[in-house]
Amino acid sequence: MNLDPLHLCLLLSAALFCAGLAGVLSRSGAIFALLGIELMLNAANLNFAAFWRHGQAAAPDPILFVLFSIAVAAAEAAVGLALVIAFYRHRRTSRLPAASRLKG
Amino acid sequence: MIPPPLPVLAAIAAAALLTAALAMMLRNLIHSALLLVLTWVFVAFFYLWAGAPFLAFAQVVVYVGAISMVVLFAVLLTRRHDPAKPTRPASLARACSALAVSGGAFAVLAWAVLQWRPVPGNPPPAEPSVATLGAALAGPQLHALLITGVILTATLIGAALIASPVEKPDSSQ
Repeated sequence: MNLDPLHLCLLLSAALFCAGLAGVLSRSGAIFALLGIELMLNAANLNFAAFWRHGQAAAPDPILFVLFSIAVAAAEAAVGLALVIAFYRHRRTSRLPAASRLKG
Repeated sequence: MIPPPLPVLAAIAAAALLTAALAMMLRNLIHSALLLVLTWVFVAFFYLWAGAPFLAFAQVVVYVGAISMVVLFAVLLTRRHDPAKPTRPASLARACSALAVSGGAFAVLAWAVLQWRPVPGNPPPAEPSVATLGAALAGPQLHALLITGVILTATLIGAALIASPVEKPDSSQ
């Protein structure tokens, strides 16, 4: 099979996304789920860069989109981990099943 | 920048995939976070291959530098008295179903990727300079930049408020 760099990049992106998906689905730790989500976001960003490299867009719009995506991912990680710390302070655990009984 | 040959790219891809898979399988959360840092470094190599060095720089600064530190601090803050070993898979059935779902998703994605053929003859775009990116950010993408700035500010203030300890009212008064 003749694999070019674009296909290699897309396959890597798909594999990273599925690895993150497996981590999110199989673990019950909140921090672990956040790590999996970050990995999935990274895989999506990799697709943007690969398609920009092999696309016809001369403008750097996909690059800027990835930059915005990285910024939003940083914000998501900050809020998610702050929620984990706040939840841990109340329940002394960071397991997601315990978070199904939150009130108010 | 001269693009690396395909075997080098394949080796970097294999290393990224190996570290990501190990990170998702290990039980120790700190080891997982450190392995994910390696994965993010390898992804930054791919940004360099794509001709976007500024993106690789942002990836290293934000993911390798900032997010990894936040994750490690969160692990250290929530690890001490947690008896439930939260990094272990919830159950064997759940781990098997997660593997089946992600394996099925990968099979569909890989099939779609291998079936697709790009239009030949497209020259790779010129590597954008920082000045080009700055001009785009200050011009057509200014609204997106401002909205992202507002989102970042609001979420970071919110994160600080959420994570700060709540003062309980004094019951003796």
